[in-house]
Amino acid sequence: MVLAVVGGFWVFPFIWMALGSLKTQREILVSPPTFLPENPTAANYTKWFSELHFGTFFANSLIVAVVTVLGNVVFCSMVGYALAKIDFAGKKILFGAVMVTLMVPSVSTFVPLFVIIANMGLSNSYLALILPFLTQPIGVFLMRQFISGIPDALLEAARVDGAGELRIFWSIVLPQCGPPLATLSILTFLSSWNNFLWPLVAMQTEDKYTLPVALSLYSTGQNATNYGVLLAGAVLVITPILLLFVFLQRYFIQGVAMTGIK
Amino acid sequence: MKLFRSSSDVGGASALMRRRRTLVAWGFALPFTLVFCIFMLLPLLSSLFMSFTDMTSRDLRTPFNVNFMGLSQYVALFRDPQFLRSLKITGIFVLVGLPLTMALALCFAVALNKGSQHLNAFFRALYYAPVVASVVAVSVVWRYILQRDGLLNSALALIGVQGPDWLHDTRYALPALIVMTTWRNMGTLMIIFLAGLQTVPEDVKEAAAIDGASRRRIFWSITLPLLKPTLLLGAVLLSVTYLQFFEESFVMTQGGPLNSTLSASYYVYQKFSFGQYGISSAASYVLFVIIALVSALQFKVLRSDD
Repeated sequence: MVLAVVGGFWVFPFIWMALGSLKTQREILVSPPTFLPENPTAANYTKWFSELHFGTFFANSLIVAVVTVLGNVVFCSMVGYALAKIDFAGKKILFGAVMVTLMVPSVSTFVPLFVIIANMGLSNSYLALILPFLTQPIGVFLMRQFISGIPDALLEAARVDGAGELRIFWSIVLPQCGPPLATLSILTFLSSWNNFLWPLVAMQTEDKYTLPVALSLYSTGQNATNYGVLLAGAVLVITPILLLFVFLQRYFIQGVAMTGIK
Repeated sequence: MKLFRSSSDVGGASALMRRRRTLVAWGFALPFTLVFCIFMLLPLLSSLFMSFTDMTSRDLRTPFNVNFMGLSQYVALFRDPQFLRSLKITGIFVLVGLPLTMALALCFAVALNKGSQHLNAFFRALYYAPVVASVVAVSVVWRYILQRDGLLNSALALIGVQGPDWLHDTRYALPALIVMTTWRNMGTLMIIFLAGLQTVPEDVKEAAAIDGASRRRIFWSITLPLLKPTLLLGAVLLSVTYLQFFEESFVMTQGGPLNSTLSASYYVYQKFSFGQYGISSAASYVLFVIIALVSALQFKVLRSDD
């Protein structure tokens, strides 16, 4: 009972966001505020679609997130397999380097990253948003842990039968990696979708902004109190992730329990 | 199976095998390693290099054409009252936000650990929802709630209290941001604590109950001590997050009013946007070292847990 009441308060900012996004600019600044919109309007949303290039921002966010996820799935599972199942020179160093960077905050790398990206001629391109997040140490850790649990005998039998490592990886290891890959994909998608500091720094023209960057730049300018439009924007940013969360809740929660990060 | 392996591990054949294996393994690791070196290790090392130079945005295209300054950027940093203040603000943020978030998360985890499974899954999702939402997006609605004649102050007016202009008052802006960040991060810790609570053996609790221990006593003397590793892990993870606190103040207050919410990360960003890459890198390295120390603590905690 207490949980339900507190829970109501807990998600209230979301409800207030949705209600506010449907109010007119006049009603939204009225004090004391009305709860339900008196004349519900979709004008705040249409503004995003007609004047504010929502489609472009959405496409940018989606392209970056999807490619980042795919890259992580491929790269982390491959390196995870090598680290878990093959004995090779340099393995300890590689794993050590990955573990050391596990906790490197993005704030400590974005300045040199900006210089590197600029000198590679990648400024203001999708690649600038994707490449730095293609190799997440946590993904390597996750994949290595999981693949270590696949019995050696299974791989050894395939080796005896003459299968190469690529073949073993592709047809024996990968098909079993569903759960950790799902977790990795969701964690990566979430952090890419919500990523803010780096896209803010790296993208210079409006046609390359991701959704959070577009929303934040709109909200700090002269439109800072244009709450109707801002709240509609917030709803548009949050809805895709919230939908994903509702349907794939299990993996989100597993991800946190497995890795201790969000 | 063993027979095959030992027979191939003899003499020259085995050395050849090992070399082949190493080649194959690096084949698997190469794509990752390449990107990892360029976009992770290199920036980390360059950051250190840049912090010893006078690099500015004018040197963007000629990053090696800079003057070596030794430690003078660090000296300048620790003489800058703004930087010291940003460390203090970050410290307050961690010291107040951490216990608050942990206490709340523990309460919710304990409450969700009993009763109907079905209902609990629903509530768990409810309380976790703020974690998945974009900071920028939730900041917009919090700003709207906290504005001078916003929802919170209208509610306070009903009970006869006149609320301040939360985000434009130097006394209330930081506490307001702490509350919002707590709201946003509680879910993560709650899940970690729930996982920890499920490892506390029921029979120990039952035995204590039979011996006449009250529920409160069981919680304080059995559950909590057994939960210690989980609590420590949560504390470290969260302090690493809170030490980097930036986005909330960027969107809600732009570091203001009067720089009262300008965190260490914000300082790094500010110096960068002024084009002062050298001092920005030095500040980011100081922050990195602080975070690394906290992370090292985490590894120690995790080790002792085994």
